[in-house]
Amino acid sequence: MYGYHGKYLRINLTEGTVKVEKLDLDLAKKWIGGRGLGTKFFVDEVDPKVDALSPENKLIAVTGPMTGTTAPTGGRYMVVTKSPLTGTIASSNSGGYWGAELKFAGYDMIIVEGRSEKPVYVMIEDDKVEIRDASHVWGKVTSDATRTLMKEVPEKSRVMTIGPAGEKQSLMAAVMNEESRAAGRSGVGAVMGSKNLKAVTVRGTQKVAVSDEAGLKEVIKTCNTKIRENGVTGQGLPAYGTAVLVNIINENGAFPTNNFQSSQFATAEQISGELMAEKYLVKKDPCYRCPIACGRYTKVDDIEGGGPEYETIWAFGGDCGVDDMGAIIKANYWCNEMGLDTISTGTTIAAAMELKQKGLLDGEDLGGLPLEFGSAEAIVEWTKKIGMREGLGDKMADGSYRLCDAFGVPELSMSVKKQELPAYDPRGIQGQGLSYATSNRGGCHVRGYMISPEILGLPEKLDRFALEDKAPWTKIFQDFTAFIDSSGLCLFTSFAMGAPDYAALFNAIVGTDLDGNGVLEAGERIYNLERVFNLEAGITPSEDTLPKRLLEDAIAEGPSKGFVNELSKMLPEYYQLRGWGTDGVPSKERKDQLGV
Amino acid sequence: MQIKVRLFATLREGRGKELSKDYPEGISPGGVIQDLEIPEEEVAILLVNGRDGRLDQVLEEGDTVSIFPPVGGG
Ligand code: SF4
Repeated sequence: MYGYHGKYLRINLTEGTVKVEKLDLDLAKKWIGGRGLGTKFFVDEVDPKVDALSPENKLIAVTGPMTGTTAPTGGRYMVVTKSPLTGTIASSNSGGYWGAELKFAGYDMIIVEGRSEKPVYVMIEDDKVEIRDASHVWGKVTSDATRTLMKEVPEKSRVMTIGPAGEKQSLMAAVMNEESRAAGRSGVGAVMGSKNLKAVTVRGTQKVAVSDEAGLKEVIKTCNTKIRENGVTGQGLPAYGTAVLVNIINENGAFPTNNFQSSQFATAEQISGELMAEKYLVKKDPCYRCPIACGRYTKVDDIEGGGPEYETIWAFGGDCGVDDMGAIIKANYWCNEMGLDTISTGTTIAAAMELKQKGLLDGEDLGGLPLEFGSAEAIVEWTKKIGMREGLGDKMADGSYRLCDAFGVPELSMSVKKQELPAYDPRGIQGQGLSYATSNRGGCHVRGYMISPEILGLPEKLDRFALEDKAPWTKIFQDFTAFIDSSGLCLFTSFAMGAPDYAALFNAIVGTDLDGNGVLEAGERIYNLERVFNLEAGITPSEDTLPKRLLEDAIAEGPSKGFVNELSKMLPEYYQLRGWGTDGVPSKERKDQLGV
Repeated sequence: MQIKVRLFATLREGRGKELSKDYPEGISPGGVIQDLEIPEEEVAILLVNGRDGRLDQVLEEGDTVSIFPPVGGG
């Protein structure tokens, strides 16, 4: 048994039971692991119509066959559940060390079911698994909960936990590990909170057996060389982290500003990766076995910690009109402490700022806090309010769609399928708009990162305003990503590595004979499985769209001036390429072909 | 004619962030890059007035050329 341990934990919190179950290896190979395997288990076991915050929803933390091996960046895991934010399938990825440690403990995944009556945490140490009382850490912020638990669990354990936001079931709550790594998106932390599960600590001492040790060494050597020699993974990300994108996207006039009211931020330089490196960077903060080390560790005043990422800088910066890097670092810190997704939190504050700007928040209790675009104080203080569900923060904690809807203006929420859009204006980057609209977990950039060809020119440069070829590129990026998300590696390796490289790693580890096409096919299978779940959950293809502002209001100024996103001209070709029929529903033939 | 050049990330080292320079008519981004002694392999993204630029296109008075080395994704 290679790459997989062939066993997983089923933890039922209603009954307080833990079972070790056998993993069917053929099933594992077909669905790879991580996002694919987790989704397969979820779809087979859970009613798509389930209330996401009820005990009947399940939470699966699942590794890939490459997690815990010597493959570069092999530390990732996925949290798979039904999202309370979007109502779609959710799978949120996280790095750090927790995923690898779960593998060392001898498990491919854990499935959490039911709901505990009282707050609990799960302690895993190889074969020993215990459900323990967590009342003493309930209410604690991420760092305090992590450090408190570390005193009572085996040395060298890794801690995955929720913060107050998850406990209070904020629909933007993240699952945190190692204090600053997050399975951030889609409200997976709220599902954990709804189960009264505060944390899962894990310590393991086993190795992951691989099929071909010598062969794997060779493949890894090749991959590491590619990573080192590639400009993005060898120079750009190591030197500046993801924050270097601030200036690039802003120069292109596709840096959404003031809740997407404009697309270029005049003082972007003040919140750039270059400035962060000069003034705030303490050190790099890499994940398990990562030669890229994009992670940052920053300090301002008495606050220090992991991050911020580009997306975070944009959400609290440009999107809120704030050019104070110190305040952004503090807001990021409070997101980590509260256990909040930084993209959704920052952009929900931006949406609230627009409500205020339009005079719609009259009479709401703002507790004396500012909520104007450009207010550094607002981004820090409202993040805390959201985390604690205090004042207007209580409404904001359910995300920008529900917030704006409550004021009768859902169109001011810059979201797709109720999940907030990230840091690229799709009016200036057409294919990214198609990718947003068709992402299986709603507004999201990492389900098909069209920025790579449309802005960075990788693997080749596409005209960002052109419509032709955007459908096939989006599909390939989505399928490729679904495989990588299932493998246990970090998506950033794909700037340097191609499908045949992942196939070679997979083969050496698992002992299969997959090729590059097989990688894409496995990814496509996963994509379709997610789509079918979403349809059965009641998410209709009419939701494959973008906020009205991005479809109808042309950008007024800057290098992307005059453009809207032309989604309707790309979507039919996309459906056709997917074999989904003009109504966006996967055809029976396609499902049969793929074995969905 | 005046051309504004904006440099990013490592390209700033020893050159600064933004220069406004006088160039002869007919100058191209390629010429600017040569003048600034930037090795061509370090030019990953080239924009002229925020739009995709070509090394050999003819620049006009007041144009802004933005040059990036290989950078991140996110
Ligand atoms: S590239 Fe960044 S996010 Fe990915 S594994 Fe490395 S440090 Fe973590």
